[in-house]
Amino acid sequence: MGKKLLLANDHIPGIQSYDVYRSNGGYLSVEKALKTLKPEDIVEEVKKSGLRGRGGAGFPTGMKWSFLAKPEGVPRYLVCNADESEPGTFKDRYLMSRIPHLLVEGMITSSYALGANTSYIYIRGEYYYVAQILEKAIAEAYQNGWLGQNILGTGYNLDLHVQVGGGAYICGEETALLESLEGKRGNPRIKPPFPAIAGLYGCPTVVNNVETIAAVVPIVNDGGDSYAAIGIGKSTGTKLISASGHIKKPGVYEIEMGITVEEFIYSEAYCGGILNNKKLKAVVAGGSSVPILPADKILTTPAGEKRLMSYESLSEGGFASGTMLGSGGFIVMDEDTSIVENLYTFTRFYHHESCGQCSPCREGTAWMEKLLHKILDGHGTLADVDLLWEIQSKIEGNTICPLGDAAAWPVASAIRHFRSEFESFVSNGNAKHPIN
Amino acid sequence: MEKKEIKFSNEALGLVQKMKSRYPEGKQKSALLPILHLAQAEFDGWLSPEVMDYVAQLLGIQSIEVFEVASFYSMYNLKPVGKCLLEVCRTSSCWLRGANEIVAHLENKLGIKEGETTPDGLFTLKTVECLGSCGTAPMLMCGAQFHENLTTSKVDDMLAKLKAENTRKTYLDKVEVNQY
Repeated sequence: MGKKLLLANDHIPGIQSYDVYRSNGGYLSVEKALKTLKPEDIVEEVKKSGLRGRGGAGFPTGMKWSFLAKPEGVPRYLVCNADESEPGTFKDRYLMSRIPHLLVEGMITSSYALGANTSYIYIRGEYYYVAQILEKAIAEAYQNGWLGQNILGTGYNLDLHVQVGGGAYICGEETALLESLEGKRGNPRIKPPFPAIAGLYGCPTVVNNVETIAAVVPIVNDGGDSYAAIGIGKSTGTKLISASGHIKKPGVYEIEMGITVEEFIYSEAYCGGILNNKKLKAVVAGGSSVPILPADKILTTPAGEKRLMSYESLSEGGFASGTMLGSGGFIVMDEDTSIVENLYTFTRFYHHESCGQCSPCREGTAWMEKLLHKILDGHGTLADVDLLWEIQSKIEGNTICPLGDAAAWPVASAIRHFRSEFESFVSNGNAKHPIN
Repeated sequence: MEKKEIKFSNEALGLVQKMKSRYPEGKQKSALLPILHLAQAEFDGWLSPEVMDYVAQLLGIQSIEVFEVASFYSMYNLKPVGKCLLEVCRTSSCWLRGANEIVAHLENKLGIKEGETTPDGLFTLKTVECLGSCGTAPMLMCGAQFHENLTTSKVDDMLAKLKAENTRKTYLDKVEVNQY
């Protein structure tokens, strides 16, 4: 097993409580930051660490932080994106419910680095019970002087609140999240301006994923260089992978970036191999939005090397033969899986979750769902498969936010790599799995 | 049905004040989503037009601002639902691990189709998109409680327990933390 930075203590009994968390080294990053570091020093350490946004986009966190505008007399906000909704992803729920204080600690240290005095954790409504766990942890942090006025006697003030959403995938997009936090529909905003200039209530705002914020804790404790020494190339540190589907041991695993995909799927330390010892058919490696790959392509790069669990290796070959690390939502499918029917569940999802602002996404996702339903029902034609391809290509790149791309890529990759399965549904004229 | 006065309990009103205090002066509309959850829990599990009007008054905003939010998010019910709203996840990972069988079993046991409510008003069956519990698929949510790694016999046990309790489940319920 590799080094663990976030989940090293997740199995200690009582780690949810303040006392146990604190006695296992909790809140040291806040002490170190507030007493010995200037905010800009922390931004520098985060830059050095090479940490990249863990929500899916992989944008360098230190750079995102350095874009934050700092006009005089205007409040700045840090908002934690806990709207984990990408199908196949459940790592943030695990982290928040097992070690809630790690997120609270990360929020305090990061808020100090950004000069925020009020911060929010926006969590999806379906995680209401997790919000209650976080609220308890926050109350304990207030009681013990880590939040509130004049923290550790340094003059730094911070209030931290949890905001619960109403059930909408789109609110994981940062500007939709901010709209929702302002009490509105989650319609993404047109960028620019980016949140770093005009975010929450029009003020400069940083939005970071739960895992990203948590990673700031070891970065501040051990230094950015120490974090960057773990991993491979530009994929530094560790990554939480949510493993699900046809594997023996589904769950959340913290991996050192750079282990092979093969090891991750087959090793006892991680997924433990394919359920019922069947053969691997396909993997969606980074949440529903990223291209699906057949077994040979997920295990091996186009250059014939073993593919690694890293941003670069997973995307090697572009979309022709590669995919993305995304959110780390790793969905495994065995040899008996219908790729077309799995795709139908994705497309139905995107149709349901499209906010409706942009026509290509609103109409396109509906058409794709209808066409897939028709094909699965045994009424499709070859022309329908071509039409499906055509529609996804018209959505990609033509919408305000990335949901359009996210809806298009699974369709494109399924047709690219598994066209014969679509054709067999069409030519046989009867559905293997009738839709109810 | 007799008409009930739409007013939060004092305890709920206290929570509303607390929710509003989390945002800067003049930005209290931010509390709308949490207050709608509270309203749904207080007023029989759904948001009637009268309840939405009441929430609008509490925040000093127009009713249409409440409706446009309530109708956007999938957790707000704009029609009455049973005491136990069974929300079965059906997206990829849950589908791969047998969500369709769970839905079929529930339809069979409850004698209703997806989207319907049992005649006694106890259960409403709904299919939903990914609830972030893919590693413990298949799963469903009832109120705040996740029911994970479902099998048909686990579903039977759950239904028997919910029937015996015969109480309304809400997202605000305190629940046992799931084991991993």
